[in-house]
Amino acid sequence: MLLTERERLRQELEELADRHGRRRSSLLFILQEVQQRHYHISEFCMQIVADLLDIHPVEVHSVVSFYGFLDVKPQGQFIIRLCRTIACEMAGKDEVARQLENDLGIKFGETTADGKFSLQWANCLGMCDQGPAMLVNEKVYTRVTPQGIHGILEECRGKFGVHATAISKERAI
Amino acid sequence: MIATTTRGELTFGTIAAGSGLNAALALPGADALRKIDSSGLRGRGGAGFPTSLKWELAAKSPGTQKYVICNADEGEPGTFKDRAILADFADLVFEGMTIGAYVIGAQSGIVYLRAEYTYLRPHLEAVLSRRRRQGLLGTGAGGKKGFDFDIEIHMGSGSYVCGEETALIESLEGQRGEPRNRPPFPIDTGYLGNPTIVNNVETFAWVVCIMAKGPKWFKSFGTEKSTGHKLFSVSGDCRRPGVYEYPLGITIAELLEQVGGSEAKAVQVGGAAGQCVPRAQFGRAIAYEDVPTGGSIIVFGSQRDMLKIAENFLEFFIDESCGQCTPCREGTPKLLEGVKLLQRGECSMAYLNELCSLGETLQVASKCGLGQTAPNTFLSIAKHFRDEILGRTPQTP
Repeated sequence: MLLTERERLRQELEELADRHGRRRSSLLFILQEVQQRHYHISEFCMQIVADLLDIHPVEVHSVVSFYGFLDVKPQGQFIIRLCRTIACEMAGKDEVARQLENDLGIKFGETTADGKFSLQWANCLGMCDQGPAMLVNEKVYTRVTPQGIHGILEECRGKFGVHATAISKERAI
Repeated sequence: MIATTTRGELTFGTIAAGSGLNAALALPGADALRKIDSSGLRGRGGAGFPTSLKWELAAKSPGTQKYVICNADEGEPGTFKDRAILADFADLVFEGMTIGAYVIGAQSGIVYLRAEYTYLRPHLEAVLSRRRRQGLLGTGAGGKKGFDFDIEIHMGSGSYVCGEETALIESLEGQRGEPRNRPPFPIDTGYLGNPTIVNNVETFAWVVCIMAKGPKWFKSFGTEKSTGHKLFSVSGDCRRPGVYEYPLGITIAELLEQVGGSEAKAVQVGGAAGQCVPRAQFGRAIAYEDVPTGGSIIVFGSQRDMLKIAENFLEFFIDESCGQCTPCREGTPKLLEGVKLLQRGECSMAYLNELCSLGETLQVASKCGLGQTAPNTFLSIAKHFRDEILGRTPQTP
């Protein structure tokens, strides 16, 4: 990472820490925003956040690794989380999972080469009466069918097409 | 906004916003508390702790800074009634929190909303700002001089165990969501070491109904130990899944008839942490003293493989275990291995009994509710469906 980029990131994190307060109880707020902006929380970020809150970086890492919605590894712009819990399983989540893997060319836990999509499992999304359910970032889709996957992916691709390059640069941090 | 699937009219829909709060603020805090006490309301998250007792202890705890926390980390598999309440009756939830604050003397309220429900946040923020404009929150909340109370929303980050109240508090403090040893309890040593009450979304909404309609009305439904109505989230093999409201004490058979699932071979009551009730026991009542539930009802039709169900739930617990205590961390994978053996038809009766004994160890030796309830489904399936799970012929793909 370039020195100037590091400096920019440090500034960004300082602003975040000041906005939420440089307290331990602000840690999750800060991490949630970093995750949202950069699609993961890099080791460099964890170190800076630890310095800002005056705690050990290992503590920051232990928090990041604990929560399902915080990632140490870079994720795609669109994180697809398919519910794997029993009601969605009975409603046919296996077929949906298979088709997601086919259409994206990746397995669960992986990210597409263009940095657009990541596939993850989720535990109960609270849509048990309308399964199979999945989240694409914050948006929830219910009664998903294997043939409906393509349309949902195209919807995402259309939305972010023009910004793709600029954002993938940021992802390299 | 997600289309809600509530079936029939809910009591919550008949309560005018503000009516519960006005009734509460007209009384001294202790009298309002007495009303809740005589209603017999117990925690609607599933554990069933008496709400009035929790609030009374927090009210009596010394301290100037107290907190009211709404547990909106609805992660129990098969539960979605809190989502429906937050979407349709957010006012009641905030109002219940305000009444709680009035009773215990708190200035700050926090809604801990699970990350999976982030899409509800704009709606909730809008309701909060409207309530501030209406004077129901903020300085002199509800027009009561000297009563200052406001609510903010904190987001979770995807962790089932954070639904446990001490883990939830840890998470709010910016820590890993690992449950604490109890005592001390949150009522005196909660958020940032201050007296704190943590209640489920639905509990707060019922408090408002009790204030508005009176404890007698509430108590006229349900059983002696489980008073009032309860929301149920019904999913699985039934014709009419969705959110229902019934008095506690309703039998499983009665509920199944209403939702169109009478042919079921088993019902999971209480989610992954609950129990799997076989057809022969459908006469049992859904109540704290018989089969308790936080609202989750998952119906299994005759075509379902019980081992698949045990496998799914155990995978869930292995994924969500915080790894802090040994019984839960090491025990749940062992049970899953056992399920795999059963699936391959390679499990002896002696080993199955060993597994059941391990499951019972988890129930008593785990630190928090997650580990204590993780083996429940496995144990009920191993007990009630022995004929189905033993001596299988391995399936070749």
